[in-house]
Amino acid sequence: MRTIKFLLQKEFRQIFRNRSILGMVIFMPIVQLIVLPLAANYEVKNISVAVIDNDHSSFSRKLIAKVTSSGYFRLTGYNFSFNQAYQLIERDKADLILEIPQNFERNLIRENEQKLFVAVNAINGTKANLGSVYLMNVIQDFNGEVRLQFIQSHRFNQQPIIDVAASNWYNPMLDYHIFMVPGILATLVTMIGCFLTALNIVKEKEVGTIEQINVTPIKKHHFILGKLIPFWILGNVVFTLGLIIAWLVYGIVPVGNLLLLYGFITVYLLAVSGFGLLISTFCESQQQAMFVMFFFIMIFILMGGLFTSVDSMPDWAKIVTRFNPVSYLIEVMRMIILKGSGLKNVLPQLGIISLFAIIFNGWAIFNYKKTG
Amino acid sequence: MSEAVIKTDKLTKRFGDFIATNEITFEVNKGEIFGFLGANGAGKTTAMRMLCGLSLPSSGEATIAGFDVYKQTEQIKKNIGYMSQKFSLYEDLTVLENINFFGGIYGLTDKEIKTKSIELIEQLGLQQQAKKLVASLPLGWKQKLSFSVAVIHEPKIVFLDEPTGGVDPVTRRQFWDLIYDAADRGVTIFVTTHYMDEAEYCNRISIMVDGSIQALDTPANLKKAFKAKDMDEVFYELARGAKRSE
Repeated sequence: MRTIKFLLQKEFRQIFRNRSILGMVIFMPIVQLIVLPLAANYEVKNISVAVIDNDHSSFSRKLIAKVTSSGYFRLTGYNFSFNQAYQLIERDKADLILEIPQNFERNLIRENEQKLFVAVNAINGTKANLGSVYLMNVIQDFNGEVRLQFIQSHRFNQQPIIDVAASNWYNPMLDYHIFMVPGILATLVTMIGCFLTALNIVKEKEVGTIEQINVTPIKKHHFILGKLIPFWILGNVVFTLGLIIAWLVYGIVPVGNLLLLYGFITVYLLAVSGFGLLISTFCESQQQAMFVMFFFIMIFILMGGLFTSVDSMPDWAKIVTRFNPVSYLIEVMRMIILKGSGLKNVLPQLGIISLFAIIFNGWAIFNYKKTG
Repeated sequence: MSEAVIKTDKLTKRFGDFIATNEITFEVNKGEIFGFLGANGAGKTTAMRMLCGLSLPSSGEATIAGFDVYKQTEQIKKNIGYMSQKFSLYEDLTVLENINFFGGIYGLTDKEIKTKSIELIEQLGLQQQAKKLVASLPLGWKQKLSFSVAVIHEPKIVFLDEPTGGVDPVTRRQFWDLIYDAADRGVTIFVTTHYMDEAEYCNRISIMVDGSIQALDTPANLKKAFKAKDMDEVFYELARGAKRSE
């Protein structure tokens, strides 16, 4: 225990003298949590739409007005031919083309049927996808209005229509911030835990100070604990800062038990710091450690369910995510913070993360050789 | 002759095909200042790292303070001090913090650490710098500090790997005063150096060439045997035949 006291004292002295680490611990959560959720927004706005109105009727004008007033679309061209509108897509000025055919109004009233043509620039997949869906919705809405106007005489629809009313639980306004913030906080805590511990030990190797440690009768697990605890504490500091920012900026207050949340983070930080330690036992230079760490962090984050849902991944990818600690944290963070899940609900994840913690740290201690 | 604290028998270290240290056999007695000489790349550091328990030998036997270099590396570490070629104290800690840290790691009590700190600071004349970061010290002082930290736990043997490399003559002299001081307290000194005047300060020296020990005796006897006027000539005579260099 006494040895650990000396190790911690030394580690904290070094941390407090290192401005870049302190800066990272304080500013990383602030900047990432304020900037990223605003930028990483799935809501698509300002879709540029080029309209070809071949009808010039009151209906076509009404439809165009409806599209542009929806707030999602911006009229970039009012054209007379498809080729003209196509040029706009070619020059990247338009994302969508909406073509209203001749006799749009007449056919709609007389024949109860009309077709519209929509062409989508699908280079930006999300924008194209959501854009066309939005446009369909607007058109459907317009359709409903037209029906009301002309089929007023019937009290009931002749054709049964199923109207779906969806209600979004846990995030009623489908606010992306609420969805993203816990996820980003999860990746943040992971990065702090992994990078700081890995780089710290490798730095001692690079500078040569580890040799002076290795020649002392220090116990391996003391040394590892002396490295683990400081960064575990820093991880908790970052997490707390993140929760405060989520509350102050986005008004997100964990619905579930705060103690449970911290309990999970505690074990999680042990696991990721252990992973950092493990990497450090394989690397000789900080550069090496950085590259190896980036390799894993990229996979951890992109396959962690932050940006894309794990449920919609192919089966092999789902198996990969089971070995990804970040995916469990993101899941649990959303469960506890947004849904208010209790201990019983997160027990499986807690068990797996504990297992990760034991394996990574055990392996790191095993792999750390005082005698080469 | 008193008891031997370092005993090696055909100690060998191979890195693949390369034999860094080839069957070296020697003994160092308690309280002796033993100079371990050799050209760059002769295998001195490799040998020393094996003796310190930092590197496992490929073959051969060795005991340090009675402990086996294969199985009892941790016991060896309790009984030795080591100062590597490269300065390896924490540059981002102060002089006092370094003393405090290594004292603690070696299991000294708070009281011992306190008295040791005062003693060392005084002995090194570092009163003004005690609370300054080690990074700001000149090399000579850093080396003296490293030595003091290496003997902070009163080890039986201290291994010094080129402790005075790049240090000015005055500081080198002071450094050797520290070495003599420790030797007077009964600490065995095992030191490598490239300065032949320092070799003369040693009780006995060995000269390594291409991984094996070519000569081992007191400086006076070696000079006699090689009919040389000083150690420089002895070293030159032996090292000239070396095939490998760094």
